[in-house]
Amino acid sequence: MSAVALPRALGAALMALAEQVGGVALLTREILTRLRPSRIDRYELFRNFYRMGVRSVPIISATAAFTGGIMVIQAAPFVEQLGATRFIGWAASFTTIREIGPLLIGLIFNGRVGANNTAELGTMRVTDQVDALRALAIDPVAYLVVPRVLAMVVMMVLLCVIGDAVALGGAMLTADVLLDVHPHLFYSSAMERLEVWDFLVGLIKAGLFGIMIALTSCYYGLATTGGAPGVGRAVGRSVVAAAAGIFICDYLSTFVLD
Amino acid sequence: MISLRDVHMSYATPVLRGVDLEVPPDGIFALIGPGASGKSLLFKIIAGLVRPRSGEVEVDGEAITRLGELELARVRRKIGMLFQNYALFDLNVAENIAFPLRRLFDLGEDEIAERVAERLNKVALPGTQRRSPASMSGGQKKRIGVARATIAEAPILLYDEPTAGLDPVTSQKIYDLIRDEQRARSTTVMVISSDVSGVLTIADRVAMLHEGAIVFSGTAVEARSSEIPTVKQFVHGLLEGPL
Repeated sequence: MSAVALPRALGAALMALAEQVGGVALLTREILTRLRPSRIDRYELFRNFYRMGVRSVPIISATAAFTGGIMVIQAAPFVEQLGATRFIGWAASFTTIREIGPLLIGLIFNGRVGANNTAELGTMRVTDQVDALRALAIDPVAYLVVPRVLAMVVMMVLLCVIGDAVALGGAMLTADVLLDVHPHLFYSSAMERLEVWDFLVGLIKAGLFGIMIALTSCYYGLATTGGAPGVGRAVGRSVVAAAAGIFICDYLSTFVLD
Repeated sequence: MISLRDVHMSYATPVLRGVDLEVPPDGIFALIGPGASGKSLLFKIIAGLVRPRSGEVEVDGEAITRLGELELARVRRKIGMLFQNYALFDLNVAENIAFPLRRLFDLGEDEIAERVAERLNKVALPGTQRRSPASMSGGQKKRIGVARATIAEAPILLYDEPTAGLDPVTSQKIYDLIRDEQRARSTTVMVISSDVSGVLTIADRVAMLHEGAIVFSGTAVEARSSEIPTVKQFVHGLLEGPL
């Protein structure tokens, strides 16, 4: 490798990153200028609520149930060793609701809804459907992007609420079976020590992850070029970028919200 | 009706190099030329979907290169466009055709359904309202595209390769449909086609684009008898020549 190859590659990577961040920023501005109730296509909005949110409930519920159970399994040796089984409800639900729940639900949502969104917009882009909308004097951002972004953010928060409830159910069941902690004791242990803020932190994070997934998937979808292979590449980049964004967002929001 | 003056456009390499073109109103104007000569790009520039690097484009008296996106949307309402690969949405046939009516006009559902049925009769696909375009043949998809492009009764129609990949009989049906529609409504029609012999049967005027520049402009008869080497070779499909 020549002496200039590494700086050149680094420079190219930085330029690509700057281009993508700039692209997402420009798309965000375009979305914000169209966020007026009169301009939002209600049919598209509700269609996206259904296919992005309602149809994600089974996979999110399954993920959440196992997440709650895993939290109890991980904590079980320590609480038994310390004789603190009555704290298991609080320990499992605190980490699930504030951190692990939104994070895993975000990653699952990214894989299912974000990837699908990029593929759909990317396919529309490479088959001229986005240009066809513009040729029909219809604003693609208002018609395609705004309803999707709103649906993803709202549904991510609602799915997190459902996920929290299912995760606590999973944790409760696992604690009953593994540690012989009665569900009533588990529930009171969790509710006595959890605060409303703990739930809110989880929901705020879910909303932030929803924004991250929505903007990233829409940007990569609309920036797709190169036919069917280009759609595949766009989906891959979108999922990786959104996942990285979720972790960075989680790290920063944990600092701020704690 | 449509005029382009010294239009330049380039991506990695120059695609259009000073295109000058005058498309008169009320007639069929064919734009021919070898693949990758910039024909589809020229259509997108006329429809205001792509902004040229330099040059002037006028559509119905409006210099569209100076317009913002909102004003461009107003100009685009005067244009109906058929895309080369159909660009049909993931909706059923009726919803695809009715799409511009639902979005741009304040019409009742009964009137929309009536106009969709009338368009489907016109393109010889009656009763296909509920079918998915994905389950239809290339020729049928083209005809649905024609129905969608014409339903809003725009005064300017752009057809990008309306017969690409179709058999000769279906191609001729599409050409007949384009010609009948143009005569019925006195619209300004531009057609891009690699099927020179077919498109010359309906075109009033023809221009040839080669290597990003207009190398010929005239009537269909003049195109057939042109002695310009590139035009002669392309129009007659000769193996010997500069192409």
